[in-house]
Amino acid sequence: MAHALHIVVCAGIAPDPLQTLEPVSGPNGPGLKNEMVLPAVLDPWAACALYEAARLAASVAGSKVWLVSLGPKAKLQQVMMTVGQKAAFDFVPIDGPIGGFGDAHSTAAALADAIAALPGLDREHLLLFGGWESATRGAGVTLQLIGERLGITDQFQGVDQITLRDDGSFEVLERVEGGRHQVSVCAGTPAVLGWATGNLPEPRNNPQIGMQNMRAMMPALQKAKPATLQPNGLRYVSVSLPKQQRETRIEKNMSADEIACELVDWIGAE
Amino acid sequence: METILVLTHVDDGGAALTRASLETVTAGLELSRQSGSSFAIGILGLDAEAAAGAVAATGARLFAVSGEAFAQARYATDAAGCEALCRAAQATLILAPASARFARIAAGVAHRLGGVIDTHIADVQMASNAGGQAIEATRWFYRQRIEAVIGRELRPWFLLLDAGTHAAYAGEPVAAQVESIAVAVPAVRTVVEGFRAPMRGTQTIRPDARLLFVAGAGWTKKQPDGQVHVSEAGEQILSFLRLSGASLGSSKSLTDQKADGQAGEDQPVLPFLTHLNQIGQTGSTPRHPKGLSTCCHGEEPHAVGWRFISERRAISLDANCGWTRGKADVVYVADAFQVMARVNALLEARKP
Repeated sequence: MAHALHIVVCAGIAPDPLQTLEPVSGPNGPGLKNEMVLPAVLDPWAACALYEAARLAASVAGSKVWLVSLGPKAKLQQVMMTVGQKAAFDFVPIDGPIGGFGDAHSTAAALADAIAALPGLDREHLLLFGGWESATRGAGVTLQLIGERLGITDQFQGVDQITLRDDGSFEVLERVEGGRHQVSVCAGTPAVLGWATGNLPEPRNNPQIGMQNMRAMMPALQKAKPATLQPNGLRYVSVSLPKQQRETRIEKNMSADEIACELVDWIGAE
Repeated sequence: METILVLTHVDDGGAALTRASLETVTAGLELSRQSGSSFAIGILGLDAEAAAGAVAATGARLFAVSGEAFAQARYATDAAGCEALCRAAQATLILAPASARFARIAAGVAHRLGGVIDTHIADVQMASNAGGQAIEATRWFYRQRIEAVIGRELRPWFLLLDAGTHAAYAGEPVAAQVESIAVAVPAVRTVVEGFRAPMRGTQTIRPDARLLFVAGAGWTKKQPDGQVHVSEAGEQILSFLRLSGASLGSSKSLTDQKADGQAGEDQPVLPFLTHLNQIGQTGSTPRHPKGLSTCCHGEEPHAVGWRFISERRAISLDANCGWTRGKADVVYVADAFQVMARVNALLEARKP
C-alpha cells in the first residue's frame, strides 16, 4: 500500500477569461487596467492540479492537500469562496501583488519559502503540484524553480495522468510533441508535477466541504505573510495589445455547395 | 559582448537534431551576427556528436553531451547535461527550443547557474536604446492576449523560443570538430518507458499540417430534425482530416463533454477527441498557415488559440458570433454539417 502523500498545490489567480484585458503602466511596471476589480478565478491549469490532488489524496489513506497561493488577500478571499467548495485542503495564502508581469524567480522564491515552512509537511513524501503554465505570465517555469529550491530532481511537466503503484512508485503521462504522451515511471516521492488538463471534470460545489474549508481559510488569510517580489533585472520595453483587426467578410447568402467550392479552393491554394 | 549558446537536442531516432533545435540555431546565428557575439552550439542526446555535422557549417564552437543516460528525456539527467554544456561554453545568453524536453528542465538549469529565464519567446533582437545596444525579446502574456518586449540585466539569461518562429537551419552537413563534455550522471529514479498516442485509431494532431480544423460543441448539439448526430459528425470530421491532411483542434466545451460523459452523464461525445486537441485559453496555441473553425463561437477564450493562425475562416450558424468581430477573414453563416459533407465530397472527387 502506498505511503500517505503530502500534496502541495501551487495555484495563482487569473482574470476571468471572459474579461477584456487592457495593459497600463504603473509606478511598479506594467499591469492591467482595473486589475483589482476584474473578476478573478483560480488559474485554470492549477485548478486541474487541485482536482487531481484531491482525487489522489482521497485514494491514499492519511494523505493531505495544501493549496499555496500568492496574491492580494482580498482577491484570494474572493476566489476561495468558490474554490473552497470544490475540494478539501489547507489554505496557505501569501499576501503579494497580482498579475502576470512580475518576475517568476521572485514568485518561486516566495512560494518555496512558504512551502519549506509548512508545519507537519513530510518532504520525503511530497508531491508538488501546479499548472504547467499559468493563464497570466504563462512561462511554465515557477514550479520548476520551486522544485529546484526544494531539492526535487524528479520533475514532470504537461502531466495528464498519474497512477500510483503499490510499491510507492508511480507512472506519469506527460504531453510531448505531436499529440503524444511520454510514459515515465518514477521510483517514488518527492516529485514535481506540472499539470495540463488531466482527466477530471470540474467538481460540483459541495457546501459541506466549503464550510469545512472556510473555518480555517479566514484565519489563514488574516495571518498571510506579505511578500515583496523583486524584479530581478526584468525590464519592460513595451506592453501592448495586438493591433491586428481583420476585415471580416460575412457570407450570409451562399449555398452549402458554393461555400464548399470556395473552401476547397482556399484549402488547396498555397 | 555576449557569449551565445544555442542548446539543442536530438530527435527520437537519437542522432539527428529536431526541427525546433534547427530553428533555434537560425535564431542564434542571426543574433550573433547582429551583435557580434561569439556563438556556440550545445547538443544533448544519445549520440550527440553524430548530429553535430548538420550545424558545423555555422562555424560555431560545438559542444556535445552524449551517452545512454541522455537517450531518454528526463529531468535529472537532462538538467545535468545542459548545465554542463552551459558551463563549458561559459555562455551569457542561452537560446533553446521550447520543446517538451527543454521546457521541462530549462528553468531548473537557469536556477543552478544563478541565471534567469524567459519562455515562449516569439522574437529576439539586438535593439538600440538610450543606454546603448541591448538584447530584447518579444513574448506574450495572458494567453496570447498581450504582447510585451522585455530585456534583462542579469546573466546568464535563458530564452526558450517557440517552434515556428524561425526557419530551420539548413546548411550543408560538413565534418565537425566537437568538444565532448563529461557529465557526472546523477542518481536516476525515473525511467522513460516510451510514448503513448491517446487517440484511438487515427492521429489527429499534426503540427506540420498547413490547415488547422477546429470543431466546436455545435457538432454535438441537436440538429434541425431535433436529434443529435454525433456519430455522423465524427465520420465527417475524420473524413475531412483524412482527405485534407489537416490537424484537429477543438473548443474546450467540446472536450469537456467527454469528461462529463466519463463522470457518468450520458452525454454523446466524439471518441477520438482528447484534451490534447484543445485550442485556446486552457489549450494550445498552434502555428499553422490556415485555420477553419466549425460550430464554435469565436469568443475571446477560444480565439486566443488562433493567435498564430495566419488565414482564418469560420462556419457558424450565428451571424453575430465572435468570429465576425474582426477575428476571422471570412465567416460563412451556414450549417457545418451540410457544408462539410459537400467539402468532403469535393475533396474525394479531386483526389488524384
